[in-house]
Amino acid sequence: MSSLVKCPHCGLRPREEFTIRGEVPSPRPASDAPANAWFDHVYLRDNPRGEHREYWHHAGGCRRWLVLSRNTITHDISAVVDASTLKAGTKS
Amino acid sequence: MTSFRIDGGTSINRDDVRQFSFNGEKLSGFGGDTVASALLANGKQLVGRSFKYHRPRGILTAGAAEPNALLTIGRDGRRDPNTRATMAELFDGLEARSQNCWPNVDFDIGAVNGVLGPILGAGFYYKTFMWPAAFWEKVYEPIIRKAAGLGRASYDPDPGYYEKCWAHCDLLVIGAGAAGLAAALTAGRAGARVIIADEGAQLGGGMRAERSMIDGKPADIFLGDVMGELISLPNVDIKSRTTIFANYDDGVFGGVERVQKHLPEAEINPNRAMERLWRIVAKHTILATGAEERPIVFGGNDRPGVMMAGAMRTYLNAYGVAPGKRVALFANNDQAYDTARDLEERGIEIAAIIDPRTCPDVGYHGSARHIAGAVVRDTAGRKGLKSITVRHDDGRDEVIAVDALAISGGYSPIVHLACHRGARPVWSDDHAGFMPPMDADGLTPVGAVSGVRGIVACFNAGANAACDALVGLGISARPALIGADVAGDHVNDPEAAGAQDTLPVWSVPSARGKAFVDFQNDVTASDINLAMREGYDHVELAKRYTTNGMATDQGKTSNVNAIGILAENKGVSPGDIGTTTFRPFYTPVSFGALVGASKGFEFQPVRKSPLHGWAARNGAKFVETGLWYRSSWFPKGGETFWRDSVDREVLNVRTNVGICDVSTLGKIEIFGADAAEFLNRVYCNAFLKLPVGKARYGLMLREDGFIYDDGTTSCLAENHYFMTTTTALAAGVLTHLEFCAQVLWPELDVRLASATDQWAQMAVAGPKARATLAKIIDDDLGNEAFPFLAAREVSLFGGKLRGRLFRISFSGELAYEIAVPAGYGSCVADAIMEAGKEFDIAPYGTEALGVMRIEKGHVTHAEINGTVTPADLGMGRMVSAKKDDFIGRVMNKREGLLDAARPLLVGIKPKSPSDRFATGSHILNVGADVRLENDQGYVTSTCHSPNLGHTIGLALIKGGPERYGEEVVIWNGLAGTHVTGVICNPAFVDPENEKLHA
Repeated sequence: MSSLVKCPHCGLRPREEFTIRGEVPSPRPASDAPANAWFDHVYLRDNPRGEHREYWHHAGGCRRWLVLSRNTITHDISAVVDASTLKAGTKS
Repeated sequence: MTSFRIDGGTSINRDDVRQFSFNGEKLSGFGGDTVASALLANGKQLVGRSFKYHRPRGILTAGAAEPNALLTIGRDGRRDPNTRATMAELFDGLEARSQNCWPNVDFDIGAVNGVLGPILGAGFYYKTFMWPAAFWEKVYEPIIRKAAGLGRASYDPDPGYYEKCWAHCDLLVIGAGAAGLAAALTAGRAGARVIIADEGAQLGGGMRAERSMIDGKPADIFLGDVMGELISLPNVDIKSRTTIFANYDDGVFGGVERVQKHLPEAEINPNRAMERLWRIVAKHTILATGAEERPIVFGGNDRPGVMMAGAMRTYLNAYGVAPGKRVALFANNDQAYDTARDLEERGIEIAAIIDPRTCPDVGYHGSARHIAGAVVRDTAGRKGLKSITVRHDDGRDEVIAVDALAISGGYSPIVHLACHRGARPVWSDDHAGFMPPMDADGLTPVGAVSGVRGIVACFNAGANAACDALVGLGISARPALIGADVAGDHVNDPEAAGAQDTLPVWSVPSARGKAFVDFQNDVTASDINLAMREGYDHVELAKRYTTNGMATDQGKTSNVNAIGILAENKGVSPGDIGTTTFRPFYTPVSFGALVGASKGFEFQPVRKSPLHGWAARNGAKFVETGLWYRSSWFPKGGETFWRDSVDREVLNVRTNVGICDVSTLGKIEIFGADAAEFLNRVYCNAFLKLPVGKARYGLMLREDGFIYDDGTTSCLAENHYFMTTTTALAAGVLTHLEFCAQVLWPELDVRLASATDQWAQMAVAGPKARATLAKIIDDDLGNEAFPFLAAREVSLFGGKLRGRLFRISFSGELAYEIAVPAGYGSCVADAIMEAGKEFDIAPYGTEALGVMRIEKGHVTHAEINGTVTPADLGMGRMVSAKKDDFIGRVMNKREGLLDAARPLLVGIKPKSPSDRFATGSHILNVGADVRLENDQGYVTSTCHSPNLGHTIGLALIKGGPERYGEEVVIWNGLAGTHVTGVICNPAFVDPENEKLHA
């Protein structure tokens, strides 16, 4: 697990300031989406060997939710972005 | 006792005499001594007993790898077991004791295990303690526990203070030998931020054992000059007595600095840390950890008096300690001859040099007898070495009388820190050792750890590596040219470079008696052979089957020999066998350092409500809930039993008025043009049309349709809401709301801020609550002006203070919650007490609060336990059918969550008022067997109701409200009791809500 995380708002910060929610699942479906889409979103998670995208919360810092792309083998972090930027057509 | 102290010693100060005791015997040494060097100087070769066979053991090494000389140092709370005598600095008054021996180290009963040797071989535990299974707990485990372990920890609290720190640098240099010092000086002169760490008390590493002149100066003078320059550079941080024990991701290293462990009790500053745990963030790291000399595996190689050749040289040159009167050297490599040269120079007789190589050309010009192509096969001497048996190349044995034997089986680079992140070391035939992996990111191995030999070569390698590393950081540096001239440097001597440098000798085939591979865990060559014969020939399996490398030294002197033996027997290269996995910690780290300041009162933070002082003044008993201290009840007038106080508080609220601290509830301020829409999506019930000045009870679901939390949210102004959460989930709800706002619906204009600690909040409840508050609140509190669920800012004390008033009730009484800025909490609470005096106001705590909410049938997290839906709690109608979307909307409608057979919230009471029952009891139909399929549900909350005079409870029961009036059995499996109960409405008090609206 990475020791330092580059928060897009706060810079390089120790891992202890963050809490990890887990994998970024499929996007939250619409209310009238089929049941499978909802089960996938709520319950189904991968456990990949390699690249993995996760929600990290900078709970001990700016309190922003981040999406962190990291490699579960090498622990290298390839990208950290504010989670709000993932949803298209939103105010930043 | 003969003194073995001779002249010289680069590390000791002979003017500083220090007294110490070893197993009660008074001895003395010098400042700069380690406990090991002081013991050897006093002729103490026998220092401990081995783990399994209780064999006499002496000091094998002069450093961190020591497997034998583990002592208990200090006493009472400052007692440190398993301390390596080779690393512990001698201080005045130090008390050291041997371990793993009884009654004493000279006569140890446990040595009988040595006779039982044949049955204590590899896999002994697995083979012996298999059956019968019942024997495990009663027979085997107590025996193993008694026999296992080395030193014993103290039961007394450690009076020392420990701390944790972060440090940041451009270049971290690990190890302050020749390579490390040159690297640090190079980077320091270039202005880079440098941290150089070394586990020793003094810098210099292997150079302290050198007698060569460096730049025309003796080693200690030269090192003093280098040290002086490093100290003069403000950008260089020298951390001596600091072991870098772990290499974590992203260039973060763990280190432990032994700040005051080397000081006598009287000199310890209680305000300074004993040890300091460092996390060091380095942009680049120079690994200059050196190499570990390997023992040779031959019969009786563990006898006190057998010592690593390099260690012997260190004791001789750095500490001025002679290893014995008549010494032999058994070595398979050129470097070990430096020890022979130095012993001879000091006039110590060398009986023989035994070298398994047939034609070593080592440039040795001394006068000692040289026996080529030979090995040592056995040793003799009961508690110390008396003689060795040499097997010549013609098969002839010769016994040579010696009292010390230096051994050297080659060098193993100390690669641990290069391998902690998963990279594997690489076998090199040229170096006869495992070399650090080349792909170690941001870390450059340099010096002996990368196979460089000789002081000059290490200086150059360190300086050049630092330059290269700094280029990558955008800092230009020139190699520090130090130590250019080293007289007598082994590698600089052109005659010295032998053709066959190190001939691996993994074990001596003709060994007689026990030939130890792992000294600390008593693993012999024959144990490893046995493991192979039984199929445990994979290096990881052999390790666990034999326990080789599993002791506190983690096999620093044994692992490579074990791998070599496996490789030899399988006819492959050690590289094909590979190493076991390297993991932190490099050497043991004390619990004190890992715990840091988090012990005793500082174990975790304490959260105190702004009304804590007020509650304490009113005699509150506090209860820990999470980090909070909440007032649980307020004994009065000689009450000694908690329930006397709770019953009185409840009855007083129901008849008069009470005041309760509810400041610990989570409070979240919510702003923004879309705040109402946001609330509408996070609560399952409707919030879009909540008017200004009104509060509403809300249920928050999880996305899977179960209830997450409940609370009230008030609309204080347009686009400004104030949410309260349960105490337990205050942080969780804020995090959840932030996730919703930032990740799910970033398009909504909403802002969140925790205000839990900003407000002191009090519940004032009871028929006389209005009359009480009316005396301090300026606004009209009449039912018309301030009805149930009104919520707005009010003026207090004739306009002196503004607060927030909410007409909400958890107790079921006419009740208000008044919030004032935290700093005013205490005096407002006092004012309410004063105002309520004429109405017999009394404070009540969380226990009374709990009783009243059960009497009223209100739920808490005892009911909202993660498995219930709003419908389960009789609040199904709150779940909006009109809203397009909210968290949990879809999953809440799953088939299983709509099942009519789901347990539903009911009240439960005993048929006979004198019967009691407990939370967690299960419900059975009358006459049904105690079987899982007969389970009807369970009791979630219970209390004694002072209003009804008997136990009451809330329960989740199949069929729910349809069964009001039905008799059931309340079964308590733990207590083994059956009580006849009656299912009833959960609102035991005021089911019509008349009091609420009064």
